[in-house]
Amino acid sequence: MSSHTYEYLDGNAAAGELSKIFTMDVTAAEGQCANCGAKRRFAEAHLYMQAPGVVARCAVCEHVLLRLVSARQRMFLDARGMTYLRLDM
Amino acid sequence: MWRVGTVIALHDETTTARTITFEVPDWPGHVAGQHVDVRLTASDGYSTVRSYSIASAPNSDGRVELTVERLPNGEVSPYLTQELAVGDRLELRGPIGGWFVWHTEQTEPIQLIAGGSGIVPLMAMIRSRASAASTAPFRLLYSVREPGAIFYRDELLALSDRNHSVSIAYAYTRATPKDWPRPPSRIDATLIANTTWPSNLVPTCYVCGPTSFVESATDLLIAFDNGRDKIRAERFGPTGERK
Repeated sequence: MSSHTYEYLDGNAAAGELSKIFTMDVTAAEGQCANCGAKRRFAEAHLYMQAPGVVARCAVCEHVLLRLVSARQRMFLDARGMTYLRLDM
Repeated sequence: MWRVGTVIALHDETTTARTITFEVPDWPGHVAGQHVDVRLTASDGYSTVRSYSIASAPNSDGRVELTVERLPNGEVSPYLTQELAVGDRLELRGPIGGWFVWHTEQTEPIQLIAGGSGIVPLMAMIRSRASAASTAPFRLLYSVREPGAIFYRDELLALSDRNHSVSIAYAYTRATPKDWPRPPSRIDATLIANTTWPSNLVPTCYVCGPTSFVESATDLLIAFDNGRDKIRAERFGPTGERK
């Protein structure tokens, strides 16, 4: 049960940072939540930016889909909360 | 990839919001609804990034307009709206986003719902529709605190007067114009029923504003049987100098 009360944004707000990693637009990509199985566009994810990095959560069950942290010259990407991310060519 | 944009014009939309026009030499072009990241770097090397929606329609002359609302305790928006001058150069990354966009090929009814400065990316869609001579049926529901807080007032008036135009409904939350029929209040079911496309026309809906505004507008659209997959939202937070 999550107890956070921060206001969230949406996946659009992470697109600039993610463009450092992905050459294609991620906001329109469909991802599946590894917890509840919901398939949604990444733009629909709930995005929390109050942390040292950004955390994207499933819009349906609030499971963590993705974490992205930039530290000096390194970026850490944890996407294990998604079973897949479909990027349309 | 960061590009350098030069400020070529500044225009005040309201007492707290300013439109900044940049010329970006190698700008790749954008689609209405996209945003850019703006990076400011201080002389000591400290840098910070904010996202702002693009207000201008896609064009081929490398010009990008952003409308920035000044937030009282903002770190970046006071600088952008009060100190930035013509000739200044800023770093821009983008255009960004492929979901919250309107393409000129779209012909279905479009419902736009804006809360405050959430009008900015929706204005890009309205301008894009006009410049492409699209006849896609557009409706805009624009919620603002008071009449003086309306962005692009004259341009919206001109567009709504034209044939095959955009139909515009205003909602005021704090103060209304004189003799306005609806007392100041947030958007509600009656307003949605009276001013937005009926869901049987299957409009694509674009909602942009503060998080709480987007939540309530989206819930109302769903209550009126609009499919969740037909609603696209863009939120900006209380501290989020836009987004």
